Amino acid sequence: MLDKLNEIEKSALESLAAITDQAALDAWRVSMLGRSSELMQVFAGLGKLSKEEKPVVGTEANRVKVALESALAERAEAIKNAALAKSLEEEKLDVTLPGRSVNIGRLHPSTQQLRHVLDILAEMGFQVYTSREVETDEYNFQLLNFPPDHPARDMQDTMYIEAGDRGDNPILLRTQTSPGQIRAMREFAETNPNDPPPIRIASPGMCFRHEQITARSEIQFNQVEGLAVGKNITFADLKGTIADFVRRMFGEGARLRFRASYFPFTEPSAEVDVECFVCGGKGCQVCKNSGWLEILGCGMVHPVVLQNGGYDPKIYSGFAWGMGPERQLMLRNKINDIRYFWGNDVRFLEQF
Amino acid sequence: MKIPLSWLKDFIDLNSLTAEEIARKLTLAGLEVDEILYVGLPMPETAAQGMHSSTKHEFKTNGIAWDREKIVVAEIREVKAHPNADKLTLLDVFDGKQDQEVLTGAPNIFHLKGTGKLEKPIKVAYAKEGSVLYDGHADGQVLMTLKRAKIRGVDSYSMVCSEKELGITDESDGIIILDDDAPVGMPLADYIGDAVLDISILPNMARNASIIGIARELAALTGRKLMKPAIEFKTSGASVADSVEIEITNSELNPRFVAGLIRNVEIKPSPYQIQRRLKLAGIRAINNIVDATNYAMLELGEPLHAFDYDVLKERAGKNKIKISTRTAKDGEKLTTLDGVERKLTSTNVLVCDEKGSLSLAGVMGGSESEVYDASKEVLDAKGIETKPGEMPQGKITSRGKSTVNILLEGAAWNFINIRRTAKQHNLPSEASFRFSRGVHPSLAEQGVKRGLQYMAAWAGGAVAPDLVDAYPLKPKDSVVDVTSQDVKRLLGIDLTLQQIAELLTHLEFKCEIKGDKLQVTAPDHRMDIDEGVVGLADVLEEVARSYGYDNIPTTSMADALPPQVGNPVHEWEEHLRDLLVAVGLQEIVTYRMTSPEREARLVGSGLASDHVRIANPIAPERSVLRRSLLTSVLEIAEKNARAESIALFEVGSVFEPNGNDLPFEPHKLAIVMTGARLASAWDVKDAPNFDFFDMKGRLELLLSGLRLTDISYTAAESTPYLHPGKAAEVKVNGKVVGVFGELHPLAKEKFEFGDSPIIVAEFDLDLLRKLNPTYGIKAVPETPPIYEDIAVIVDASVEAAAVEALIRQTGGKTVTNVRLFDVYVDEKIGAGKKSLAYSLTYQSDKTMTDAEAAAIRNKIVKRLEQTVGAKLRS
Repeated sequence: MLDKLNEIEKSALESLAAITDQAALDAWRVSMLGRSSELMQVFAGLGKLSKEEKPVVGTEANRVKVALESALAERAEAIKNAALAKSLEEEKLDVTLPGRSVNIGRLHPSTQQLRHVLDILAEMGFQVYTSREVETDEYNFQLLNFPPDHPARDMQDTMYIEAGDRGDNPILLRTQTSPGQIRAMREFAETNPNDPPPIRIASPGMCFRHEQITARSEIQFNQVEGLAVGKNITFADLKGTIADFVRRMFGEGARLRFRASYFPFTEPSAEVDVECFVCGGKGCQVCKNSGWLEILGCGMVHPVVLQNGGYDPKIYSGFAWGMGPERQLMLRNKINDIRYFWGNDVRFLEQF
Repeated sequence: MKIPLSWLKDFIDLNSLTAEEIARKLTLAGLEVDEILYVGLPMPETAAQGMHSSTKHEFKTNGIAWDREKIVVAEIREVKAHPNADKLTLLDVFDGKQDQEVLTGAPNIFHLKGTGKLEKPIKVAYAKEGSVLYDGHADGQVLMTLKRAKIRGVDSYSMVCSEKELGITDESDGIIILDDDAPVGMPLADYIGDAVLDISILPNMARNASIIGIARELAALTGRKLMKPAIEFKTSGASVADSVEIEITNSELNPRFVAGLIRNVEIKPSPYQIQRRLKLAGIRAINNIVDATNYAMLELGEPLHAFDYDVLKERAGKNKIKISTRTAKDGEKLTTLDGVERKLTSTNVLVCDEKGSLSLAGVMGGSESEVYDASKEVLDAKGIETKPGEMPQGKITSRGKSTVNILLEGAAWNFINIRRTAKQHNLPSEASFRFSRGVHPSLAEQGVKRGLQYMAAWAGGAVAPDLVDAYPLKPKDSVVDVTSQDVKRLLGIDLTLQQIAELLTHLEFKCEIKGDKLQVTAPDHRMDIDEGVVGLADVLEEVARSYGYDNIPTTSMADALPPQVGNPVHEWEEHLRDLLVAVGLQEIVTYRMTSPEREARLVGSGLASDHVRIANPIAPERSVLRRSLLTSVLEIAEKNARAESIALFEVGSVFEPNGNDLPFEPHKLAIVMTGARLASAWDVKDAPNFDFFDMKGRLELLLSGLRLTDISYTAAESTPYLHPGKAAEVKVNGKVVGVFGELHPLAKEKFEFGDSPIIVAEFDLDLLRKLNPTYGIKAVPETPPIYEDIAVIVDASVEAAAVEALIRQTGGKTVTNVRLFDVYVDEKIGAGKKSLAYSLTYQSDKTMTDAEAAAIRNKIVKRLEQTVGAKLRS
């Protein structure tokens, strides 16, 4: 009987070894471990055995059963793994095929840059103040200390609006965001004319010049202007504020310099250059070999402008600065044609 | 303005400073140097090495350095003919060490051909073998190295140079003939080597449009002394006042008029050093008289005008010459010395004598009384050869005779008036550049004296005693009080009154300490210093510039942060942009300028008064400000029509006329979608095109992002540019805030689009923004929902929105969601019918049973049957 059990075990394990698929494995289980299998017949016949034989054969039959079951489990695992490996192999992709794209929306690069600038300024306490795009000569020039026919007007060729004869105060497309300085100061001063509150604002917006449209010049462009007015604001504060801004905008190591300049609405005035971030100041095409990039104009608010805004220049002082987000983008990305911005070719816009 | 360093050194010691260092100081002080042009002086290494140098260089640099060994002053001792070439001459040149035979084809030496030994040697610039020069025969500036050659059988080792070859001018016709006192053998670079700074003059720095102005700035920036020119000359003969008088009719327009007289000048070329400096400064050398006016102008900043005194005398007849200044009569004519007859207006100021007008004041002289050089006329007319400096005789023109006596004018004019006149007649000139920015009247006298001094030095002649000087409007010298506290308050630096005074004195301000105040008086060349609080700012600017912006510390504002109030309108629009981007739209920003014709493509032609018109448009297609933002976006969509999928939006202002007042600037949103709904891929082909419902879905998300409820969509059949059956108005709280739909086929035809329908939307943002958000965020229910689908058959004309409204109304708050998931049309369900299938969600605070849901469902079905004749579809 024990020999028979050994025979069963041996032949069952042999046939198991040859099995490679689940169906054959199921058949094997029925024939080797099913109710009518030889092994089960041995269990069924145990009762007919002698007292001595019974435990010996029973024990051995159990051992064989356990051995076959564990061999079955092992084989089943191997077959499953093989099948999995096979199907994984079959599912292999060409991972170099292109991904399936999604049409997403984006902000215009100018908006992105405006936000970048305004976010930095907001953290510095400069809040957004917006004002109109079509202005009067008074707000765009006269109140900003550009009298009619002043030579400084040569710096800004202006587009005028047909509006009958308005004498010295024609309507025009603003050439700068600075009219917002007057509008803001007047608005703030009105809240408490005897002791006007301090101001810290950033004015973004579209400005316009009468120019030919070329790779270098545009008839419209964005500007962001900062204005701080208070009782205790100095040129040194202007330098400190600009330095903070430039550090945030152009990075920790950005070197800058203040160059004396002229704007009718500030005095003293300065242009600010940062060390060219393309060549590190060695000289390249972007900085026209100067090592410096002009990034903004600034100065202490002119007493006439303070006065026109309702702030007494004997008590109040302030500073203002203006910069161009498109210019910043052009410098940063080595864009050599300003016409890309309002051209709105999606192949340009998609890159931002 | 182009400033030769050699000239600057007449007025300030610049020893030990390189051109780059000088340029850096000037640039930081507001006199921006655009370029340094080297004309002989050694160039900085970095510039010579070009872009690959590791050292920094700060200025655009150009030009040429002259080798001190190879390029020297030499003299021509003998002029021979070339044995084999008619057009060449053979020179015997001595360079201080040895004689050398040199070939030249220079036209200005040709007349001496074959003369042999010269009585007086001619001084020249001489370049030896191996010199690096510009090629005199090439177009533009091409560097070349001088090599040994055989020209027509004669060996050539070296050359005498032209201005072009040495980089002094772009073009030249002949060799340089140096002044007689040029030291033979001296390196040319030591003798006339130079560097030229090209400086941009800011509008408020007209005082620096002169050599002395730049020298003064450098004195302040370096602490060195300004050496002011010594203006002195001998006078003889009768006083100018005996024969000339001046009358000013409008002192506002002409505060001062000064004139001086010089007799018996000889018109000839100026000394070479003078010509060279003028040329480097960008001014043509004409003759010693004209050059003297230009030279004195560049030096001091006062434009001068030279009259032919004899012409004036002839016009005056027996009377005294009476020069008067007045405004022109409308329509009066004057021929300016450029030969153009100018029609004048009553704002133009004229310099006249009793007989009529002589010049357009401060802008350009008249042709009749201009200084006349007969030798030029003869040369031009007859081609007669003359020796340099020699005056040919001959009377072949109306004037015939060179000017002998000169009346020299220096005046002060109203800068605004000059600016208008120069603009009106399109006459930008060196004179109008300065006068239109303001020249102080005190310079008139200095300028005339300096001009006379140079004329006497270069043209012989005798200066008449005195000047005639009408000075009816003397500007007040501005006086400003400055305290240390002012400097602290506005600049943030601590300076004593002495320190402030020292900074200002370099710029020729007069300073006097009075107690705790510094009394500052502006110098008499400055018109830009005001008094009072403005004057204080003017003076502090000078303090800051002289102190150096770089030396002012950087501090943080000590003032408290003002109350933070935000900008709700701006923030709302930024939020709107984010929502639009989130639904897959690309933002664009377009020109505000368009034309009525461009907008007519979409909105039809309206009235001219519909637009805000630009008075001076740059082009007809940009003649007005836009009224239709949608047209702008459609134009960009059209431009991008080749892209497979276009989904664009713009947020911005349009402009509506408001009579002669400032126009209205309402803010709008426009959206255009066309092309493929999905991005194509290698396994996604023929994706369907965007249609009405792609737009509507995005608008629904947009409005819900703005937290708006009570939104309804109604068919908009009468928007002319929209497809009448595929257009809707969007109402919020019953108010129309926008419209959207498919572009009308006739409107689409006017654009170049492909087959895909064009879906557009337009919103009025000022209306939309003012709607308050009407919903907050609800808690997510914990109880399980029950989902159920029902399909009803209704007449095709019944609007889906009506059915949904009935479902929601009947279901009450237990029906938390109603979603249409199918619309089915088939004859099987009856002609003129459609099936609408809805998925309903029932949910309440408690767990609902199926029976409860079924009860509600039955109510809904019944209501639909009664109200819209719906039949439940089994």
